[in-house]
Amino acid sequence: MSRTIFLVCLAAITLVGALPWFDSAYALRLGTLACMYAIMAVSWTVIGGFAGYPSFATAAFFGLGAYSGGLLVSNGWSLVAAAAVAGALAFAGALLLGIILLRLRGHYFAIASLAVAEVLREIANSATELTGGGMGLNIPLDVKTGGGSILGEASYFFWAMWVLLIICFVAVRLIERSRLGFGLVCIRQNEAAADMIGVNATLYKSLAFAFSGVFVAMAGTLYAAWVHYIEPTDVFDVLFAVKPIVMALLGGLGSAAGALVGAVAFLGVEELVWRNFLHFHSATLGLLVVVLLLFLPHGLISIVRRGQTTSAGAANPPGIPPGIPPGIPPGIPPGSPDGSPDGSPARKAGSHG
Amino acid sequence: MADPQVLLTLKGASRRFGGLLAVDRVDLTVRRGEILGLIGPNGAGKTTLVNMVTGVHRASSGQVRFEDRDITALKPYQTARIGMARTFQIVQPFPELSVLDNVAAAALFSRKGLSPARARHSALAQLAFVGLEAAADQRAATLTLAMRKRLELAKALAMQPKLLFLDEVNAGLNSQEVERAMGLIRQLADSGITIVLIEHLMKVVLSVCSRVFVLQNGGLIADGTPAEVVADAKVIAAYLGSRYAKLGPSAPTTAEAHS
Repeated sequence: MSRTIFLVCLAAITLVGALPWFDSAYALRLGTLACMYAIMAVSWTVIGGFAGYPSFATAAFFGLGAYSGGLLVSNGWSLVAAAAVAGALAFAGALLLGIILLRLRGHYFAIASLAVAEVLREIANSATELTGGGMGLNIPLDVKTGGGSILGEASYFFWAMWVLLIICFVAVRLIERSRLGFGLVCIRQNEAAADMIGVNATLYKSLAFAFSGVFVAMAGTLYAAWVHYIEPTDVFDVLFAVKPIVMALLGGLGSAAGALVGAVAFLGVEELVWRNFLHFHSATLGLLVVVLLLFLPHGLISIVRRGQTTSAGAANPPGIPPGIPPGIPPGIPPGSPDGSPDGSPARKAGSHG
Repeated sequence: MADPQVLLTLKGASRRFGGLLAVDRVDLTVRRGEILGLIGPNGAGKTTLVNMVTGVHRASSGQVRFEDRDITALKPYQTARIGMARTFQIVQPFPELSVLDNVAAAALFSRKGLSPARARHSALAQLAFVGLEAAADQRAATLTLAMRKRLELAKALAMQPKLLFLDEVNAGLNSQEVERAMGLIRQLADSGITIVLIEHLMKVVLSVCSRVFVLQNGGLIADGTPAEVVADAKVIAAYLGSRYAKLGPSAPTTAEAHS
């Protein structure tokens, strides 16, 4: 089931790759931004969705990638090499930082992760010799593809971001299906119990944090090269931390596909609202998000899933009829007393816990 | 030097929480194949003792050895991988996962070389053992308490433990469910798993255990066969108060722990 959703999403991304043939600079700009935000939302899912740690460090990873990659590019490195180094840097940094930060939970972790971007921004601000400080950093890049035309360059960066999105989406899906993903879901639901069955929670959470950073940092490098000029307040913007979370919530927490759907939906709505309610677009957008989350708490992707739950029994091992009412054990072995109404002890235990 | 029959040894193990000495210099030995009862009034330190062995809390002083290896400093995930499993007094399922995935997770992370698919396959055997195979695809949150207790047991078994701590598996169950749980425990012991049973129901302790430890105020006050322990004056005093103990004057403590 979730496999079908994944494949549909992957196919949809692939189709978007045809965008440059529409010869519209506006569509390309929007498409590049959409891919960028989708990378952020899908990446955030690993730490926020699977492991259940609400990270606001996305802006930190993005800015780190933009500055480290941007510096390398302006020193003559190729875009791919610069992005790879930025990704590796973010991965290693997040892994080490995670061991410390992920001792905190819930709101405490959220605040601490938010502080990472602030710290990095201050560093970028004060390391004037290296980063240009508040004056920003110019990143000249000769793009040979597209013959140097504006549209050619736009297509180049769109495809770069698009390829990165595909890699990120597939990687996160692989994590979702892997031992790591399984362990992260256990950690989200009951960290103490996960520990007890042999999940190395500290390592798994740090890995999740690192994977939530690596593609975002690479996207930061592409962004820096794309816009040719970055400054601390721009790339360490707190909105880069908040928007991916809203997108992931909007699409449906806990799956790569949900985050992707959420990112596209959010940007689509944002663009519509921006065009039609220029003066109060932020308020309108906020209202829309609140309403959507109120009425669809499990995200847009739950619309698809809801339609599928009735047929979910088909995937079950034989002998289990679909649609068993919850709480009533089917097929109790003969002679067993458990069929007796034992709801009352269950309630008693509930009040204990 | 070490006796190969000895599985677990505690030497002067203590655990302090601030000013409270929850476990006080406990020495005990668990031999392979035993069903050991660990009893004591509420707050005696039974669960803290288990937490100390499994690595949830590190011993403030003293030593814990498992199979001739010092495990005092190991973390819970590490003790899980060397062959210890436990069930919790307050059941700890992964509520949104299916019953099968709950058990599969336990197998996957505590044992080496399993893929998620193979872990799920092997989990079916444990579910069948505790009689939950029909509920395999239900979310764990939808189970009744009796079923959740059995799920807890299935999770622990999926880890293929050498030593299994059962922390009040019978609390909150009715007498028929207790009978069923006792049958499962006996079967497990027959299969060679060493079991430490933390239990309030004396009926269960007396009928299942081969040896009983009694804790009170963090200290070990008795160690012997069930028959010896229930005749022990200190144990009677601990549970019922010194007035009820036949040797009133020599009973060391009052019954303040019996709340």
